[in-house]
Amino acid sequence: MNDRILLAHGSGSKLSHDLIEKILTPPINNAILSRMDDSAVFELSGKLAFTTDSYVVNPIFFPGGNIGRLAVCGTVNDLSMSGAKPLYISLALIIEEGLEIDELRKIVESVRETAEEAGVQIVTGDTKVVNRGKADRLFINTAGIGVISAGLDISGSNAREGDKIILSGGIGEHGMAVMSQREGLQFRLPVVSDCAPLNKLVSEMLAVSSNIHSLRDPTRGGLASTLNEFAGQSGVGITIEEDKIPIHDGVRGACELLGLDPLYIANEGKLVAAVAPEDAQKVLSAMRMNKYAGQAAVIGEVTGERKGRVVLKTRIGSSRILDMPTGEILPRIC
Amino acid sequence: MRFIDEFRDVGLAQKLAQKITGISHKPARLMEFCGGHTVAIMRNGIRQLLPDNIEMLSGPGCPVCVTANRDIDKAIALASLPDVTITTFGDMLKVPGSYSSLQKARAEGGDIRIVYSTQDALQIARENTQQSVIFIGIGFETTAPTIAAAVLQAEKENLKNFFVLCQLKMTPPAMKAILDLGEVNLNGIICPGHVSAIIGTRSYESYARDYGIACVVAGFEPVDILQAIEMLIVQIENNNPQVEIAYTRGVKPEGNLKALELMHSVFDVAGASWRGIGDIPNSGFKLKEKYVRFDADEEFDVEIPPVKEAPGCRCGEVLRGIIRPTECKLFRKLCVPENPIGPCMVSSEGTCAAYYQYGDFDE
Repeated sequence: MNDRILLAHGSGSKLSHDLIEKILTPPINNAILSRMDDSAVFELSGKLAFTTDSYVVNPIFFPGGNIGRLAVCGTVNDLSMSGAKPLYISLALIIEEGLEIDELRKIVESVRETAEEAGVQIVTGDTKVVNRGKADRLFINTAGIGVISAGLDISGSNAREGDKIILSGGIGEHGMAVMSQREGLQFRLPVVSDCAPLNKLVSEMLAVSSNIHSLRDPTRGGLASTLNEFAGQSGVGITIEEDKIPIHDGVRGACELLGLDPLYIANEGKLVAAVAPEDAQKVLSAMRMNKYAGQAAVIGEVTGERKGRVVLKTRIGSSRILDMPTGEILPRIC
Repeated sequence: MRFIDEFRDVGLAQKLAQKITGISHKPARLMEFCGGHTVAIMRNGIRQLLPDNIEMLSGPGCPVCVTANRDIDKAIALASLPDVTITTFGDMLKVPGSYSSLQKARAEGGDIRIVYSTQDALQIARENTQQSVIFIGIGFETTAPTIAAAVLQAEKENLKNFFVLCQLKMTPPAMKAILDLGEVNLNGIICPGHVSAIIGTRSYESYARDYGIACVVAGFEPVDILQAIEMLIVQIENNNPQVEIAYTRGVKPEGNLKALELMHSVFDVAGASWRGIGDIPNSGFKLKEKYVRFDADEEFDVEIPPVKEAPGCRCGEVLRGIIRPTECKLFRKLCVPENPIGPCMVSSEGTCAAYYQYGDFDE
């Protein structure tokens, strides 16, 4: 087999079949996928959650992960934030001609490893190859299906006055890891992406409390966006304490240097929860037992004041509005 | 994080705020010149800690914001030339000129690239010898030495395709111009931190002596700024205006002699055009005759359409400290970061952008 992806790998020819049968399928195979029919066929019952997301991260390999791990985590996490147990995932690849097959192997291996960790199966997929320059190495789309236990209702609209806001750990790690890789910046304290599947964390939280009202993973737009979404959707105010928000020193340093605010930087392995006050400690203790939430902390609470807005109590004991991010993130010039 | 957390200490900050409230009796109008200070003040909620008799005004210290429309139009015109690559700091990309922006010029096919430093621009020139690579040189005395170093490096390497569109500006003449306009009755100035690290504090002495204005150079952390405000209030209450440095870990009275030498070896002082203020003599830099071959103004002949200002935009008044962004009718309505009408809404250090992002708590 050639060591780079050719247009012919996407043409439906023998080469396509070879790619699918020798490279793509073996690591992730399972009983549903191996039937190789036009659709995955399976039975499910109850309330379902269904989500899709596309991944175009540049570079496709970054400290702490790659586009394959990201594509599985993103969809697993989106399902988990609705309280669903993720079960089945689709995997569609859009490959730019010229991608090294060894790189593709590494990415598929990450998909396998991450799916296995999350306990989900890749049950259907697709591969397309486009001309050089028509894509940036590799784009991935995943969709996922999960089941929601009877009686469970978790939504960004459900935050209530008095709820505690819990954050599962340090913010900004994914965004800064990708950015430092992309810009060739090297920091003494390396920043590693937090990219991780959070479904087990969520099920451990749900096991100790039936009063988790809202869950969301603060991806693009960071923590500030998620909190503003909760406040807007639920029609409540949220007050957050800046010095309670965990931030890895490497992220803080990199953000200081580049003039960025970690509150607006993307995460891929963190969640924010609005939890009834009486259950907050229980949920927090359960979270801290999980390897992806050892630094979980209560960072604020839902209030009845300034509805729809987020108030940040600053480190120096003042207060200000914490708004949605605006525009793209640009480096400062002086 | 060491050397940062100390300057964000809640105990120290609260103590300083209480002290300021205790000693401040006279009305005090303070201007922070630098956009970095504006952002730090808004982001940390410093204004909310001050008593009502202290008024904080924002000044013209954001290099993107004070770049005149004509200068932006020129950069856009250069971008449309064949075989030209424009390199620029990211903040410049979205700044609206009279008719377009560099961002739009890029969408229309202009080769415009964001760089993080002049070194990146040099590298692009080395790798693309068939292209003329023009660096949009905006900034104050903080940026000027790095551009000077790039010019010297280009000369050393005999790079024939590297040019600078020199729109650098000097801080003290703009401050003096604002004082001379007499529109804002200032009692004190929070003098810029990074600019002062380069130029020192001598230039500020006439503000204290001739205009009776208290001057304190501040760092950029909340405790730095509160300390500077406290020192200003002491001067104001005692009627004893002078130049002091609160940012002693960064600034020496004589400045950075090496950087100054570098800067003056490559640039001559020249007139410059400031948005909101107009032409100010001896307020900018121009490449010395010896380095004229790197000067994009000399090398490229472009036609610039007549300058047009956006109707209703009050950036000029914001930059002079006459109005707050919230007093502009366009603010938050027509003028938002996604669709900025004026430059103060574009730059991360622009006053309008800071008000938009960090909100006015009392609004």
